[in-house]
Amino acid sequence: MGENLKIVTDATCTFCGCVCDDMVLTVDLDHNRIIKSENACILGKAWFKEHAIEERPFAIVKGREASTEEGVEEAAQILANARFPVIYGLSDTTCEAQRVAVAIGDMIGGTVDTTTSVCHGPSGIAFQGVGESTASLGEIKNRADMVVFWGGNPAEAHPRLFTRYAVTPKGMYIPNGKKDRTVVLVDVRRTLSTPVADIFLQVKPRSDFEVLWALRALVKGRKVDTSVEQRTGISLAVLEDLVARMKSCNYGALLFGMGLTMNRGRHFNSGALLALATDLNEFTHWVAKPVRGHGNVTGADNVVSWQTGFPFGVNFSRGYPRFNPGEFTTVDLLSRGDVDAALIIASDPASNFPKAAIEHLKRIPVINLDPKLTHTGQLARVAFTTSTYGINVAGTVYRMDDVPITLRPAFDSPYPSDEQILTAIRNRVRQLLGGNRPGAGTPLATTVS
Amino acid sequence: MPDKMMLIGGRSNKQGTSLCAGKLGAEYVQLSSTVEMNVNDMARLGLKNDSKVRLRSAGGEVVVRCKGREAKDLPPGLLFIAYGPLSSELMASDTAGSGMPISKNVEVEVEPVAEAAAS
Repeated sequence: MGENLKIVTDATCTFCGCVCDDMVLTVDLDHNRIIKSENACILGKAWFKEHAIEERPFAIVKGREASTEEGVEEAAQILANARFPVIYGLSDTTCEAQRVAVAIGDMIGGTVDTTTSVCHGPSGIAFQGVGESTASLGEIKNRADMVVFWGGNPAEAHPRLFTRYAVTPKGMYIPNGKKDRTVVLVDVRRTLSTPVADIFLQVKPRSDFEVLWALRALVKGRKVDTSVEQRTGISLAVLEDLVARMKSCNYGALLFGMGLTMNRGRHFNSGALLALATDLNEFTHWVAKPVRGHGNVTGADNVVSWQTGFPFGVNFSRGYPRFNPGEFTTVDLLSRGDVDAALIIASDPASNFPKAAIEHLKRIPVINLDPKLTHTGQLARVAFTTSTYGINVAGTVYRMDDVPITLRPAFDSPYPSDEQILTAIRNRVRQLLGGNRPGAGTPLATTVS
Repeated sequence: MPDKMMLIGGRSNKQGTSLCAGKLGAEYVQLSSTVEMNVNDMARLGLKNDSKVRLRSAGGEVVVRCKGREAKDLPPGLLFIAYGPLSSELMASDTAGSGMPISKNVEVEVEPVAEAAAS
């Protein structure tokens, strides 16, 4: 430990979507690292501990060490010359950087997509069809006397969701914390989250939709056959008991994870849960919120939405934004071999995507921005080392309940931020193209026969 | 004839903490190449903790190590693997027009692998 210590209060952890902003960090300024992170969960402690300054090149261009400026020039040339590029990632960076990435996508007539498309993208699709009965986590903490976690394992993925917001904390109308709440967990297996639940529904794999639809029917007073147990693993009596509790609570919250979205049924599953929340509002107050993974994936949805009108999978090739999941989402663009360049910000699709998509990433020029070396960084033609948001970089992120939080960085990094690099790339691309890509925004020629 | 089971990819505490250290680090690589299996299924297939097993889906195939879970925690026929490059190998690229490849409840064939023949 060095002698030059600094305490940062009210710092923000950006590991997961809880974005806990009550961290007290002890920073060893002599060694540029955080040596203590009070209030952090096990994941937050690892996040702060492992983001010291590493000795890495500022950029790697075509396998050679390079300066940031050389990387920017190569990246700008790639993007200015690409005919159908994609910009992807963006869930682990600031809103300020996300905004610049959208501007680049607009300028080059490319596609802007975020990790939402392989996270709660299906829920985003469902919102458009069903709507969202929403709430802040503070509201859930202060009011919810019944909480249903569906298709997730917060104890391991969002540990403080239980302790800070939704299970144990005392709230304005929940004076005794967990004693005043009924906690329900729905999952296909027992996890570290299961002991928290008063009621655990172990559903059969691929039967979430059927359970949700049966609950909807019961809420509406329809008859459900006892054979529902054979299909879902949950007896009719258990479902009826659950519905009685749901209809008689004061304030209920459905918090759902990727057990619904990454499963067969995708947006139909999320839509069924959102529709259940709507149905329950005939009787008492219910809200439904997706539990979000990355620290600023919610910010990515917000920024892309306010800039383009759509949350992810947005294409600018006609000079105006078009949204079409399946066509303009990155797994599809790569797996079909559609795109001819990729700008990947703070994400690792070369590790997380299906094989066909990764194979195409290997065939095209890839630009990658990341604080750490990843599989994507290894295959990138241009790989930038960046500073870490929240630890070295100030800015804004959105908590999973769409509440914006200001970051308080702990110490400086020699590496530039995503926003700085993206701004430099945007400026150089603008020089090369002379503004937006020629043709973008021009009405398509009409053929008269 | 290989057994057919259902594979869930997901997060875990250790997957999360080792992710912070780096995806190319030994701990993350080890964690993301270990599949959790019901102990009764393992016994039936003649597998022990750390045995190698081949998983084959419509998307691809991988060889991973086994780790037993009690039947009350992980039902028969269900497998769990922490997210990582190997779980991605088993995802098919078809998103059914949604943008989302399926990574939970993926049907896989499970086949023990003799150590000498492991690839």
